[in-house]
Amino acid sequence: MTPSDTSYAAVEFHDVRLSLGTARFHFDCRIETGHIIAVTGPSGAGKSTLLNLVAGFETPDSGRVLLSGKDMSGVHPGQRPLSLVFQDNNLFAHLDLFTNIGLGIHPALKLSPGDRRAVSDALQRVGLAGYETRKPGTLSGGERQRAAFARALVRKRPLLLLDEPFAALDPALRLSMADLLLDLHRESRNTILIVTHDRDEVARLADCVLSVENGTIHP
Amino acid sequence: MLTGAQRRQGLAAGAASLTAIALFVVLPVTALLSTAPASSSQGGFFDGYTASLLRFTLLQAGLSTFLSILLAVPVALALARRPAFPLRIWIVRLMAVPMGLPVLIGALGLIGIFGRQGLFNRLLAFAGVEQPVSIYGLSGILIAHVFFNLPLACRLMLSGLERLPGEYWRLSASLGMRPLAIFRFIEGPALARVIPGAAGLVFMLCATSFTLVLVLGGGPAATTLEVAIYQSLRFDFNPARAVALALLQIGLTAVVLFIISRLPPADIAGVGEGRASRRFDGRSLLARFYDAGIIAAATLFLVLPLGAVVVAGLKADLLKLITMPAFRQAAFTSLAIAISAGLLAILVSLGIIAARAAIADMRHPPRPLKAFSAALSGMSSLVLLVPPVVLGTGWFLLIRPHADVTRAAPLLIAAINMLMALPFVMRVLAPAFETHAARTGRLGASLGLSGFSRFRLIDWPVLARPLMMALSFAMALSLGDLGAVALFGSQELTTLPYLVYSRLGSYRTNDADGLALILGVICLALTALGTAGHRRQT
Repeated sequence: MTPSDTSYAAVEFHDVRLSLGTARFHFDCRIETGHIIAVTGPSGAGKSTLLNLVAGFETPDSGRVLLSGKDMSGVHPGQRPLSLVFQDNNLFAHLDLFTNIGLGIHPALKLSPGDRRAVSDALQRVGLAGYETRKPGTLSGGERQRAAFARALVRKRPLLLLDEPFAALDPALRLSMADLLLDLHRESRNTILIVTHDRDEVARLADCVLSVENGTIHP
Repeated sequence: MLTGAQRRQGLAAGAASLTAIALFVVLPVTALLSTAPASSSQGGFFDGYTASLLRFTLLQAGLSTFLSILLAVPVALALARRPAFPLRIWIVRLMAVPMGLPVLIGALGLIGIFGRQGLFNRLLAFAGVEQPVSIYGLSGILIAHVFFNLPLACRLMLSGLERLPGEYWRLSASLGMRPLAIFRFIEGPALARVIPGAAGLVFMLCATSFTLVLVLGGGPAATTLEVAIYQSLRFDFNPARAVALALLQIGLTAVVLFIISRLPPADIAGVGEGRASRRFDGRSLLARFYDAGIIAAATLFLVLPLGAVVVAGLKADLLKLITMPAFRQAAFTSLAIAISAGLLAILVSLGIIAARAAIADMRHPPRPLKAFSAALSGMSSLVLLVPPVVLGTGWFLLIRPHADVTRAAPLLIAAINMLMALPFVMRVLAPAFETHAARTGRLGASLGLSGFSRFRLIDWPVLARPLMMALSFAMALSLGDLGAVALFGSQELTTLPYLVYSRLGSYRTNDADGLALILGVICLALTALGTAGHRRQT
């Protein structure tokens, strides 16, 4: 991240409106750079829609989404400066961890020797050293999420979107995963948007809370 | 949760089913085997003619499989990429139609489009191409096999692609993967998991395909083992040759079945029924045109022959056809055979299901009972192992010395059709009965419900629907089958497909077209009944 980026907000919603079926959404907010923001609210309120608008999986009916000050209208999900971690299926089950993480660096897996080292380093950083040739099916749920974090690490994007990343894990594991996430955040100084239902997680991780209700951001 | 008496009844029913099927399949095979040495001593058990038959059987099956799979890949990819394509659900359902369509009717439709006077060759002539495409011989057999098997392969592949988690597409978009990378890392591996099973299935269907080769194959250059068996029995009256060929056919299917059993199974459940995930690739105009073109071409390839059947059929005097005595006679015979085959298939299935339930109910079933359960499960493979024409040949040899084959023929046809329908009937009934038993078994036992009151209050309301589905599906199969009746049919014994075939042979194509339309509509209606509920269940 260049210093000039800091003058912009990480994410800006300018009067963004969207209707999906009967549900209507209206977002207007500003998310500062370098924070961890917890997105909370009842299910169906629009938390995932908010993330989808940032990631580019949904296109606003009107209004604009800005990332680091740049208008994202018409920008394909692959060209947006962000990484994603879902609750599940973050890894292609038939590909080994090296390939899964390497795809984060180059989408057709054209990797330089330096890139290959970066993949191994990232695996080591999340506690999966030497797991390059393992298939996701041989890992535990926690290990798979760690691998997803490793991919986010190698991508070096200023924004990380997490959609209930720990919901499928047991409480003890959630704790250690949250610690790992905090560590990575302090190292990379990225902005993190995390959808979560867990009050403890909000308290432990978030600098601030974005509360979504009835398709809009609750003040 | 079964009482001792219920368990004994179940086992007895299963034993009866198993014995009935085994006798019906094993007796004719034994008859074939016991006749075989005589034929081989006559010399030429495996002569040049047989070798060329085997070669052609394998060649056409291999090419048909290759083409069906190869052409199905772009169609499945395009359909998977476009979950919101106009009429997509109907296009996917259209792909189930060839499965329920009597093969003979499909062949007539294909002749209507690809025949010498057909739409396709007229277009070619208009475009200045001198050489017309021939619907007869190898090229015709290939076109027909692709018509029947491309949709099947496509549905299997589409189901494999639709089973991929929705996150994969979001992830690939977010990582910026290009079409080639998506194919290499996501679509390709998914297809690679499905294709071996699909190819095995298609190869099996093409290697044992009878009706298409009979109608479209011409002369010794384009004849498969199955058709050669039929010809040597029906025209050359050379039972020795028929026996030799039948044994060769059993050997061939055994090898193919063994290979298929090593492949991962291909599953088709719930395809196209709204499980497709949103896609973020292929948004360019070019990609849209490409996909729309592929889907439109595949749809036309399926719709045009069906349309040809309807158009040609409506030109015939349908009212005159259905009032003529030959039609009523054939319709009556067909219906009687279809109902018998359907009910028999259900009866045998119920026996197998009851026995399996009885064995599953025991906590520690003794070893022989475990083997018995496995034998019951392997039943459908046994049925596939011995194709209808081979079964018919064996029974022909068994009965001929003792009685008039024509008299026993309706029974034999019904029994052969029952065997053909058995795997499908089991696929509908077994899951329905198992869920029903799991839901109501303990409650029913604790209330002490049994006998007729249990049947009336608990079983029938739930199981009536799957039973009717199974019956209509089995009847559709039997009504459309030409393979079994081809061996035994005569002036006295005529079914609807046989009537169509003989009218076709005597160049009364107008009649054949009209009859084909009637038969096709009946069979498709029955198949729709037989699969409609299945869709809702899954």
